[in-house]
Amino acid sequence: MSGFIKSTKEENQIVIIETDGYLNNEGGEAISTICYEKMNEGKNKFLINMAGTKVVNSIGVSILIEIIEKLQEVDGKIGYYNLAPIVSKTFNIMGLTKYSTVFATEEEAVSGL
Amino acid sequence: MKKPSVELKLPIIPNMELIATQTAEVIARHMNLNDEQSGEISMALIEACINAFEHSKSDSNVFIHFLIEEDSLIVKVIDQGIGFDKTKVEIPKIENKIGKEERKRGWGLQLIQELMDSVEFESNSDGTIVTMKKNINK
Repeated sequence: MSGFIKSTKEENQIVIIETDGYLNNEGGEAISTICYEKMNEGKNKFLINMAGTKVVNSIGVSILIEIIEKLQEVDGKIGYYNLAPIVSKTFNIMGLTKYSTVFATEEEAVSGL
Repeated sequence: MKKPSVELKLPIIPNMELIATQTAEVIARHMNLNDEQSGEISMALIEACINAFEHSKSDSNVFIHFLIEEDSLIVKVIDQGIGFDKTKVEIPKIENKIGKEERKRGWGLQLIQELMDSVEFESNSDGTIVTMKKNINK
């Protein structure tokens, strides 16, 4: 597991990935590697707990767009929670919130995805 | 009295943009900017640095100038790269990227313009200067 991925777990058939640190190209690829592995195992619902990620760049976030695209092929979904305000604003500007969901808490995310 | 300024010289090394954001956070605290403004400046700075790194040769540097004004913070990101024509940069839309062959990247200028109060680009074959301004809400 890369240093950026703090933990992964599954709850209610949802893969929950907890990140820690800068979401750049390497961080994005660390998330996508797990998502694609789990998609190969038949999983199609993912949540990213971004409590430990206060800084992102557009290259890292673009990799989330690639994941959204691949999830559309398997009728899947992805959501995020515990976002810093600037991360949430960045997701809005880039349009991620049109194709995926930002939740406030893990409880809300697990029940709402 | 001369207005205070801070200057950084960053080598083209991965994640060097985070040094610029740490400096920006210190300056934002000095100027009593709120967390929202500070975060917006840092995010715009990250994108401007990444663009500068990508346009520059690996053996050159990127220069960051912070100019502390009474009612605003001006940040200049200066590279000695190949330059770019802003009129040829399309405004990205996620609808045009999802499910299409179009590359998913290309959001930097859009983010910078959305997050800062004004942005100016001066670019030619000798390099680019991006001048970003954040007005202070008091």
